[in-house]
Amino acid sequence: MQAAIEQGLIFGLLALGVFLTYRILNFAYLTVDGSFTTGGGTAAILIYNGIDPYAATAAGFAAGAVAGLITGLLHTKLRIDPLLASILTMIGLYSINLRIMDGPNVGLNMREGQALTTVFKPLKEAKLMASWWTVGILAVVVLAIAAVIIWFLATDFGLAAQATGDNPQMALASGVSTDWTKIVTLMISNGLVGLSGAVYAQFQGFADVQMGIGLILVGLASVIVGNAILGTRYMVLAVIGVVLGSVVYRLVLYYAIYWEIAEAGDMKLISAVLVVIALVISQSQTIRGWAARISPFNRGQAVPEPLTAPELAAEPAEGPTPVDPDPVPGRAGRPAPAGPADHAQKGS
Amino acid sequence: MLELSGLSKTFFPGTANERRALRSISLRLAEGDFATVIGSNGAGKSTLLNVIAGSLPTDSGTITVDGADVTKLPAYRRASLLARVFQDPQAGTAPHLTIEQNMALALTRGRRRGLGPGVGWTRREDFRAQLEVLGLGLEDRLKTRVGMLSGGQRQALSLLMASFTRPRLLLLDEHTAALDPARAELVTELTRKVIADSNLTALMVTHNMAQALRVGNRLLMMHEGEIILELDAGQKRRTTVADLMDRFTSVKGQMADRSLLS
Repeated sequence: MQAAIEQGLIFGLLALGVFLTYRILNFAYLTVDGSFTTGGGTAAILIYNGIDPYAATAAGFAAGAVAGLITGLLHTKLRIDPLLASILTMIGLYSINLRIMDGPNVGLNMREGQALTTVFKPLKEAKLMASWWTVGILAVVVLAIAAVIIWFLATDFGLAAQATGDNPQMALASGVSTDWTKIVTLMISNGLVGLSGAVYAQFQGFADVQMGIGLILVGLASVIVGNAILGTRYMVLAVIGVVLGSVVYRLVLYYAIYWEIAEAGDMKLISAVLVVIALVISQSQTIRGWAARISPFNRGQAVPEPLTAPELAAEPAEGPTPVDPDPVPGRAGRPAPAGPADHAQKGS
Repeated sequence: MLELSGLSKTFFPGTANERRALRSISLRLAEGDFATVIGSNGAGKSTLLNVIAGSLPTDSGTITVDGADVTKLPAYRRASLLARVFQDPQAGTAPHLTIEQNMALALTRGRRRGLGPGVGWTRREDFRAQLEVLGLGLEDRLKTRVGMLSGGQRQALSLLMASFTRPRLLLLDEHTAALDPARAELVTELTRKVIADSNLTALMVTHNMAQALRVGNRLLMMHEGEIILELDAGQKRRTTVADLMDRFTSVKGQMADRSLLS
């Protein structure tokens, strides 16, 4: 089970990257499958060639960020739809990844009889892999990165990035260069995905050109499951929820195999079904209302906040719906602002 | 403060749907001028605001704000000079961000946004003081998501966000049209107050002739992409809604005749 939690934490970095695109930028986004391998492949080939594993891991982040930059430029400068831009980058990266690794895979255990050094070497030597020690160390590292993201999103630039996804018209009118915020956020997002790939390659002892396939679903599942558990009302909980969601996801897979409900080949199907279930749950008013009653964190989402503010003294007496004195055809009578329950599921 | 010269904009040029939204518009607003713009649908009022704000490119003509030629600048780079309130109460604020975060975005409008905290203690106190002016109790709800607010509250907040940084030019695009009468009245009063308090230069598009006469010191009537009537403060005081209606109908009649003859 520790191994499942370790994997969950490592993929938590990927999920954080997906969170930045899917929730913050409100993008349907698929480059993840490619940039994870780019990060993993870059780190692996560098380690294989004797580079310090920490530097190699950082290079994995940078390689992922470059992938994000490319998608960002395709979308903002060439005006390609984000979904298509992300697919184009993902497909293109497959060939790039083969070039980076100079083949379909790179082993990280031995080279010419000599053990290679990865970031997990000290833990391996101490025979602490798949122990609570590794879980604890990974948890500290991943949560520290989550804290950096929480900080980032609360800065002036972070708020501009959030506004870019939330209301692009307002962002532009506020002087936000939405092209720039999108590019930077995509770079950070894919950097995290690349970092996740770099750590995971070292964790499993090799990088493989196939290692990223289907991971967008893993990321989405983590984001949706995590946000369903901890809500999206508070950014701190939303971000931590993403890491938690990744761990929960891994545990579900682990127990599915442990209890012999599924076999290894069923993983992708389970991923897809889990995303469907999580999406249905997060959209169902009934279940959300029910979750809001039992969860201390979800309250603000499903239960409307009482509107206590004193409206102007001239508040109209409740009667027939007031008629706009000078209606604009087709524009007047806008629906009231969406109910609070809708806000938690932005982009879902 | 604002100078437009020869602004033209044609939609779908060269097609059967060609529509000349602006025909060589020239206009000069002095510092502190508050002009209201009226006209029927399709007169070009919103196009005029969109062109000034940079949401639409012009076909020809120049736009100068506070001495700076902004004709070629993208919308986000004009934001340091001008601020805008949209008709749709949902358009001017980010619904998933809190009131204070929205205020922070307004505060940094047109400035470089770095990695400083978006809402620090000093800013929060400032926002609280600004929100008190609205008299809606929003100062006690700084951490409420804006999506939770009513349309009137959101529009009042949008107005405050557009004005408290004292932009050189304030653009109001039928910003009370989507509200019920009481809230429209509230937002109109707030508009008058913030513009007077900060001595802002403003251009307000409205469908409501009474409102157009009541606020501001100048009035412009547009029809088919042209400014067909300009009233200064004195003329505006002597004009009634009925006068405007007459004027409007006669112009429309003339236009109809002209188009029949041509």
